[in-house]
Amino acid sequence: MNYPEFYSALFRVTLPETALEVAALLVLVVDLGFLRKAALNVRVAVAAALGVLGCAAAFWAIGIQTGLGLSVDGNLVLANGGVGAAAQCGILVLTALTLLLLFDSLFTRHIGEFVAVVLMAAAGGLLIAVAQDLLVIFIGLELLSLGLYILTAFAKSSGKSAEAAMKYYLFGGMSAAFLLFGFSYLYGLSGSTYLPRVVYGANIAASNGGSPLLLIALVLVAAGLGFKVAAVPFHLWAPDTYEGAPAPAAAFIASVSKVASFALLISIGSSALRYMQTLIQSWQATGSVYFRVTGTSLNGPQHVAVTVQYGWFVILVVLSVASVVLGNLAALAQTSVRRLLAYSAIAHAGYILLGLAFLSWSNRIPQAVLYYVLTYGLTTIGAFGVIAVVERATGSDKLDAFLGLHKRSPALAAVLLILFLSLAGIPPLVGFWAKFNLFAAVLSTNAGVVPFALVALAIVMSAVSLFYYLQVLKRAYVMTAVDASPIKVHPITMAVLVAIAAAVVLLGCFPTLLGGWIGTF
Amino acid sequence: MLAWTIYLSFAGALIEALLPKGKAALARWLALAIAVAGLALAVEGFVAGMGQGRTLIIDLPWVPAMGIHFLLAADGISRVLILLTGLAAVAGVLFSWNIEFRTNEFFAFFLALIGGVYGVFLSFDLFLLFVFYEIAIVPKYFLIAIWGSTRREYAAMKLALYSFVGSAMVLIGLLAAYAASGSHSTGLVALAHSHLPVSSQMWLFPLVFVGFGILAGMWPFHTWAPTGHVAAPTAASMLLAGVVMKLGAYGCLRVAIGLFPRGLDPWGFSIVGLGSWRDVFALLAVIGIVYGALVALAQTDFKFVIGYSSVSHMGFVLLGLMTLNQIGMTGAVLQMFSHGIIAGLLFAIVGRIVYERTHTRQLAELEQMHLSKRLPFAAWAFVIAGIASMGLPGFSGFVAELQVLVGAWIAKPWWTLAAGIGIVVGVAYTWRALQKAFFSDAPQTAHTLEQEQAHTFAAITWPEVTGTVLLAGVSLAVGLYPRILLDTIEPAVRALLAGGVQ
Repeated sequence: MNYPEFYSALFRVTLPETALEVAALLVLVVDLGFLRKAALNVRVAVAAALGVLGCAAAFWAIGIQTGLGLSVDGNLVLANGGVGAAAQCGILVLTALTLLLLFDSLFTRHIGEFVAVVLMAAAGGLLIAVAQDLLVIFIGLELLSLGLYILTAFAKSSGKSAEAAMKYYLFGGMSAAFLLFGFSYLYGLSGSTYLPRVVYGANIAASNGGSPLLLIALVLVAAGLGFKVAAVPFHLWAPDTYEGAPAPAAAFIASVSKVASFALLISIGSSALRYMQTLIQSWQATGSVYFRVTGTSLNGPQHVAVTVQYGWFVILVVLSVASVVLGNLAALAQTSVRRLLAYSAIAHAGYILLGLAFLSWSNRIPQAVLYYVLTYGLTTIGAFGVIAVVERATGSDKLDAFLGLHKRSPALAAVLLILFLSLAGIPPLVGFWAKFNLFAAVLSTNAGVVPFALVALAIVMSAVSLFYYLQVLKRAYVMTAVDASPIKVHPITMAVLVAIAAAVVLLGCFPTLLGGWIGTF
Repeated sequence: MLAWTIYLSFAGALIEALLPKGKAALARWLALAIAVAGLALAVEGFVAGMGQGRTLIIDLPWVPAMGIHFLLAADGISRVLILLTGLAAVAGVLFSWNIEFRTNEFFAFFLALIGGVYGVFLSFDLFLLFVFYEIAIVPKYFLIAIWGSTRREYAAMKLALYSFVGSAMVLIGLLAAYAASGSHSTGLVALAHSHLPVSSQMWLFPLVFVGFGILAGMWPFHTWAPTGHVAAPTAASMLLAGVVMKLGAYGCLRVAIGLFPRGLDPWGFSIVGLGSWRDVFALLAVIGIVYGALVALAQTDFKFVIGYSSVSHMGFVLLGLMTLNQIGMTGAVLQMFSHGIIAGLLFAIVGRIVYERTHTRQLAELEQMHLSKRLPFAAWAFVIAGIASMGLPGFSGFVAELQVLVGAWIAKPWWTLAAGIGIVVGVAYTWRALQKAFFSDAPQTAHTLEQEQAHTFAAITWPEVTGTVLLAGVSLAVGLYPRILLDTIEPAVRALLAGGVQ
């Protein structure tokens, strides 16, 4: 291996992550070194500004990437461009928004550490969005997860925060163990940690009698990743964490971490998609266009050559259906808006998993999934921003804390209206377009009645979701206020929230803006 | 020009939402100005479009990759319903003149709803139509939940969920039709040309028809309508009955029948005499007509009488659509217009003119109030509206229902016989409400006379008079000279029958 060349390539490819880490260290130095005596809001402003600068630098660094990415021994480890790079840009924008919503936060005095941990966790998110190697994936995931545990526990004076972090950490540690165990089986089956080779090798191994082991490995991997995206039945941490974590941390978990984890799932699915395409090409070359997704019982390499895809498809469909149904139904019963958002996040994860399940059938789906995740992340950050403001004013995140919001702060109520209607999927807001785009992409696979039935289920369940979103809006707009005193909102917070709401409307009215941008990668 | 009805309404909604609080008069006049401008555009479009077929208004690529266009066009059916929407909007603003609570927000939601309705009637792209259709759901919820009466939060949520479930069915149909036609375009014309297999149409048709039919008050999915109408503030019930139910019927006509005409073909076997989806939905329509009328006859709340009468009258629309012949479907479209005007007038009288003064809608209590003497304007307005609603000659309802019945007779005579029962009961419940509310012969003792003189009702205001005259005048004009609308409707229906929406 040519080391100088390798390290210069490594430096170029990891420039975005490096920018974030440098910014994180800079925040720590400035905050702890120069601003010890400064007022809290000055420290927040400086830390957030440095953090946003770091995000901007990383954004720029993604833009100047050339070449395929970083290869080791001919195997791509970190990819450049494609859906992963678009996800990276999304992660950076959402991280910057999280930081901008920090103003007026009172949950901690250690704001420098908080911002630094946010930036480091975001670096982990950047890694897994483009990683093509099982080990790099695992390291990136842990970098992200460890950051999230710390962020959850950051409100040191709140018992709930500590409890949430402990639950999150225990579940997270367990699921990481599952994931690593699954990875080890995959390595054993395929002899490689490079994703496309893993898919190829595992399929070959399966056709030689290794399919039970492969299915176990897939289930273990799905358990590990299902935890990250809060898919049922690995969702138990989500309501507690969303409820207990400080609002900016919860927003970060609900958006950035989701985008990164789904980007990882997309790249796993894309490896399978590429494998399928080469397979189809080879079949066409040999004159055999026989293509069927079958179980493992049939003989012959052609039939079992898609075991990975088939097993992965079934697992994802099961997770998706369970998440869509349980998430939407459980949300109906919530009285805490944060828990409500947690269950709604589970439901949204279900819709996205439905797209991911069909990912290896159509090359339209990766972009549709990414579109969904990015716009969902944007909307959720805004929703948590509103919740944070309401919590500061009322001391509670219960539904009744939102009573009469339209009187207490009309602008805040309007933002809430737009964001929640978008989550419910009402046109012309972006949430509707994201759903339509995703479902249309799933149906475009022409795989018969199964995708159709699943899409129909998802649409019916999203009709249920309107009820719980309206429960919040009803309190904000319809019911009379108990306390009608105006709520003061920090101007920067308000500006960011209005900008998010405006983006939700604009991107919904002109869906090609974001869709076209994703397509340029 | 017709497209400006949409833009103007949404712009008006935005301005109203941004108006400072406490400027109620400004909000009212602004809303009236926008509604009148919309009506003027609608009339202009109607007159300009006379004798023309479908005219394209605007066609911009919206999402080129998926073949979605911002495509507005108008044919005869659209133009008539746009005219109805314009009238309902103006009348709605006039009868909301007394809203003092959060006035600007009220008109913001009102105009947003109107904008969505205009949009649905003008869209010739299924995706765009669906977007406007859903835009109309949210304002309805808030109009009822904030400004309504009797169990308003329950009724508003019920209406929102029924609408959303209906639109979910439509969305499934839309996605399936889009995928089945090869994912090239969501244009209504393109989809109609895509020759979907009959087997697909066979299940897409009922799915989409029921999805839209929920909003059209189709029995047994009508239960949102009476509760919603009763709970809604006057203007919202006028819009619900006047135009929102028409959205559903229009969707049944334009999308379900227009895109999936083969879904009406016979199944090839029959169960209890039903041999096709057409028989099924005609039966539901007939049940709706008779059931709505009978239930209206038993109501004690004045507004519930009108609410159930809407279910009955919308049954005629659906029955007319299922006749699948020229005269029946023309009658259905005319009935949409006619019912929109008459139901609007009835709700205005009951909800605004009477209720805002008597503060009760219980027929038993109204009986004691001698309203014919104390509110003669309301009494005579209700006589006119009641006559129109019963379908007496000279009013629009007569022409419309007659055509539906003739069409039904051509298709299946027993439909006409059954629907005829509904008409007879319709006379009975209107008569009963009229007599109980206004012309009861409760004895007038010295005591009650004294009480009544102490509590005189507020005088009838000019917006009420204007609105009443406008609606009653239109119904009369169309009743006396139906060709004014029929000339526009008939060619459009003929084109639709000849080949889907092509």
